[in-house]
Amino acid sequence: MTLALTVEKLHKVYGNGFEALKEISFDVAEGDFFALLGPNGAGKSTTLGIVSSLVNKTSGKVSIFGIDIDDNLTGAKLNLGVVPQEFNFNMFENVKDILVTQAGYYGIKRSIASERADYYLKKLGLWEKRNGAARMLSGGMKRRLMIARALMHDPKLLILDEPTAGVDIELRRSMWEFLRELNASGTTIILTTHYLEEAESLCRNIAIIDKGQIIKNTSMRALLQQLTTETFILDVDASLSEAPQLDGYVVRLITDNVLEVDVEKEQGLNSLFERLQDHNLSVRSMRNKSNRLEELFVSLVDKNLNQDKA
Amino acid sequence: MNAHDLFIAFWTIFRREVRRFTRIWAQTLLPPAITMTLYFIIFGNLIGSRIGEMGGFNYMEYIVPGLIMMSVITNSYSNVVSSFYSTKFQRSIEELLVSPVPNWIILSGFVLGGVVRGLGVGLIVTLLSLFFTDLQVQNLLVTIAIVFLTAVLFALGGFINAVFANSFDDISIIPTFVLTPLTYLGGVFYSIQLLPEFWQGVSQLNPILYMVNTFRYGILGVSDINVGFAFMMILLFIGGLFSYALYLLQNGKGIRS
Repeated sequence: MTLALTVEKLHKVYGNGFEALKEISFDVAEGDFFALLGPNGAGKSTTLGIVSSLVNKTSGKVSIFGIDIDDNLTGAKLNLGVVPQEFNFNMFENVKDILVTQAGYYGIKRSIASERADYYLKKLGLWEKRNGAARMLSGGMKRRLMIARALMHDPKLLILDEPTAGVDIELRRSMWEFLRELNASGTTIILTTHYLEEAESLCRNIAIIDKGQIIKNTSMRALLQQLTTETFILDVDASLSEAPQLDGYVVRLITDNVLEVDVEKEQGLNSLFERLQDHNLSVRSMRNKSNRLEELFVSLVDKNLNQDKA
Repeated sequence: MNAHDLFIAFWTIFRREVRRFTRIWAQTLLPPAITMTLYFIIFGNLIGSRIGEMGGFNYMEYIVPGLIMMSVITNSYSNVVSSFYSTKFQRSIEELLVSPVPNWIILSGFVLGGVVRGLGVGLIVTLLSLFFTDLQVQNLLVTIAIVFLTAVLFALGGFINAVFANSFDDISIIPTFVLTPLTYLGGVFYSIQLLPEFWQGVSQLNPILYMVNTFRYGILGVSDINVGFAFMMILLFIGGLFSYALYLLQNGKGIRS
């Protein structure tokens, strides 16, 4: 198996003494769609900053497609595209020029760069704005411009640091589609996001980082299987004054016709419906109270916090 | 990256730099043209006619080389300092840092952009001076070499200033408090031979004196200093500043955490 990214005992102490990374290690396989999650200040951006050489590491090793960044940084960078969290382009420059200029930094001829820029401008819905200054773009357009820019040299590994932050749901879903297509065409993608629904929907493997340490590194499927309890919101067709007593289930009454029920993994939903039927309650609709990954994420981070306190 | 790729990368940075200052020509090319025209009218024509000769030439002829050089110095410096600082400020420097462009190419691209603006403004001022005096270049090679090397030197200075700058104030401190006084005291408007011996000695510590006088030597054929020594010093300074700027880039001073 070829590894797109290898991070080995990566350690970072900032000038003010803050230890952002405590010798973390993880791998990302070629072709993977990988989520790197963690609360604010956990070390995600520091990790990605070191991989993209925007942050100097204190110690440890980073290889991109087998190329050690200490031995051949230029070779490693040729394989890498980066979409940072903050807008980092010249706001006064013309949209298309930003793309063509970026390609030039990789030694791509202007004529080829121009064709590629046109392709991504159309693909990402920026074509109409191609001759305008970047500062005139909306927030979502600016994010798409940064994605287009990162793709101009056809990188094999794409790092996306919160690419959909502040983007409306419709646009976010169209960006997901684009990223899925990109991944299907062979580009390895590493994603950080605070929208856990996004990570669950897109990513196959996941690492959770907290306080500079990897607290979980597994496949998305394996992680979700660890979820022992899910909470469902049920709309019932009766007006209730108190929560019904359902044998084996914890039920809370939210409003007169909305119930919140905790369901253990082994209990399943069929028996829940049977119990409700016993109370002459029909369910009109149901949904998860929160995203499944979100529940796990919160429990893992809380567990890590409690271990620290202990 | 092979040599061809490196050239494209260099050309991309250089082209972007030139486009930047030509796009905002009203801020970059027009002001020096107006300022220098005023210098020519006020100091050269109105006051100069009462001063008489300086170093064997009428005053207008004497100050023209100095004013051209002053424009070159100021513009090559300010182009790089403001351009590189704004790439830091807007974080668009990250576009370059994540790319495989070697640091010496980044530095060369920014510096050559500054040199072109310096020389461009120098040319504009030279053309304007022709309305006020006849310029007969005595030594073309010396003239071109010194103006080019001076532009390189101050473009490098501007780059280093931008690396250390943390605010827009920081990019105006050196030009205002160091560059301008050194330029005015560097023999632009007078021959240092007019000064008492002690101040002549002090003036010789001013590097701009060597550049202005070497340029004046190229145009008028007269100089207060040794031209060969001036070239040697400038080349030495360029080597030193280039290495230092490269060292700062390599270590990510002001641009990497």
